[in-house]
Amino acid sequence: MNTVIIKYNAGNTQSVIFALNRLGIEPEVTGDFEAIRKADKVIFPGVGEASSTMRYLKELKMDQLIPELKQPVLGICLGQQLMCAHSEENDTTCLGIFDQEVKRFIPEQKEKVPHMGWNELFDTKGNLMKDLPDPNVYFVHSYYVPVNEHTSAKTNYITPFSAAMQRDNFYAVQFHPEKSSAQGQKIIQNFIELCD
Amino acid sequence: MLKKRIIPCLDIKNGRTVKGINFVNIRDAGDPVELGELYAQQGADELVFLDITATNEGRKTFVALVKDIALHLNIPFTVGGGISSVEDVAPLLQAGADKVSVNSSAVKTPELINELVDAFGSQCIVVAIDARQVDGQWIVHTHGGSKPTEKELFSWALEVEKRGAGEILFTSMDHDGTKAGFAIEALKKMCELVGIPVIASGGAGNMEHFEEVFQQSDADAALAASIFHFREIGIPDLKAHLKTKNIAMR
Repeated sequence: MNTVIIKYNAGNTQSVIFALNRLGIEPEVTGDFEAIRKADKVIFPGVGEASSTMRYLKELKMDQLIPELKQPVLGICLGQQLMCAHSEENDTTCLGIFDQEVKRFIPEQKEKVPHMGWNELFDTKGNLMKDLPDPNVYFVHSYYVPVNEHTSAKTNYITPFSAAMQRDNFYAVQFHPEKSSAQGQKIIQNFIELCD
Repeated sequence: MLKKRIIPCLDIKNGRTVKGINFVNIRDAGDPVELGELYAQQGADELVFLDITATNEGRKTFVALVKDIALHLNIPFTVGGGISSVEDVAPLLQAGADKVSVNSSAVKTPELINELVDAFGSQCIVVAIDARQVDGQWIVHTHGGSKPTEKELFSWALEVEKRGAGEILFTSMDHDGTKAGFAIEALKKMCELVGIPVIASGGAGNMEHFEEVFQQSDADAALAASIFHFREIGIPDLKAHLKTKNIAMR
């Protein structure tokens, strides 16, 4: 089992590495295309702003690599947003794995943006979400993916949105499983144990 | 529904927890890693580790401890104390901290907030504000609350938000240590003014105080130190109590 975390200008990947370490996994953090293609599992983390991150991915030609990967790929937070077609955040064309528009939260009744803290998953389906000990996971984000045909878990904040999505070998979560206590750990474990 | 957060704060000096820790069921009550793990197991929603010596003595928060905490902790945590530049923050985030808090240095150089936000994103920049009432006005204090400044609390909170901070940690020096309850009026006003999450700090003495702060203000989180460390309130009991009062708890 070889798990790769895609290395690019994505802010902090250390907590994802540590979460894998807690499961006894030593991930390889690399930007090398061959290593990424050969990996059993690929994690695509992301914290930061969409347009500058996409620009960086394009410079590295990762915008071509990532959508063509065949093994299970897990996008986290900004990773999920970048897997969509387009983001309202600085009008950014994204990777197009999920044919969705990423939108900014618009407060209706003085709700705060970013959506920060623990919130519940509901309508969960698929292997990634199985056997969770608790529905609460940790979110920090100002943009969201609307509910769509690929949604595998929903959360309510101002509006129901896609807390998780799946299409073929591509998995994505808006929350931070690496910071979501035992249930987050279970989701990462579920991803690692996926076989396709 | 978004849950309200309960946040224990651990003061760190020379890599050890200080300010009275009274746990019988852990091996080393001064070990921040072990204590952090215990709080996480008990249901703490987040943790704050403050290097209390850092500002006054110019010491930098030590990366090794942060890395050890991050390796063991599966909930978010904030690190603060002595952060005064982008260069101070990078190693802390690389070590696995989720957020950093700045206080005195942001008051001294407000542009620092913009610089940190541009470099690392709003989501990981917490601005801690210590204030007390002077002649009926809430005045911001720095250096552990020892130095008054020219700044008024609410205008500073608005400026902090405008500069891009992701969260405000407001400590009322008037309430801190009194165990008489949080600064409800000031928190109410601050939460009405700003659109970013606010953490209430200072004054927690019993479970009803947490109930009050969540029912009467829009604070997103409540932070306390000694009442958790001395086991005057257990986190599981506190969360169970707040749930019975229909306050959204994890």
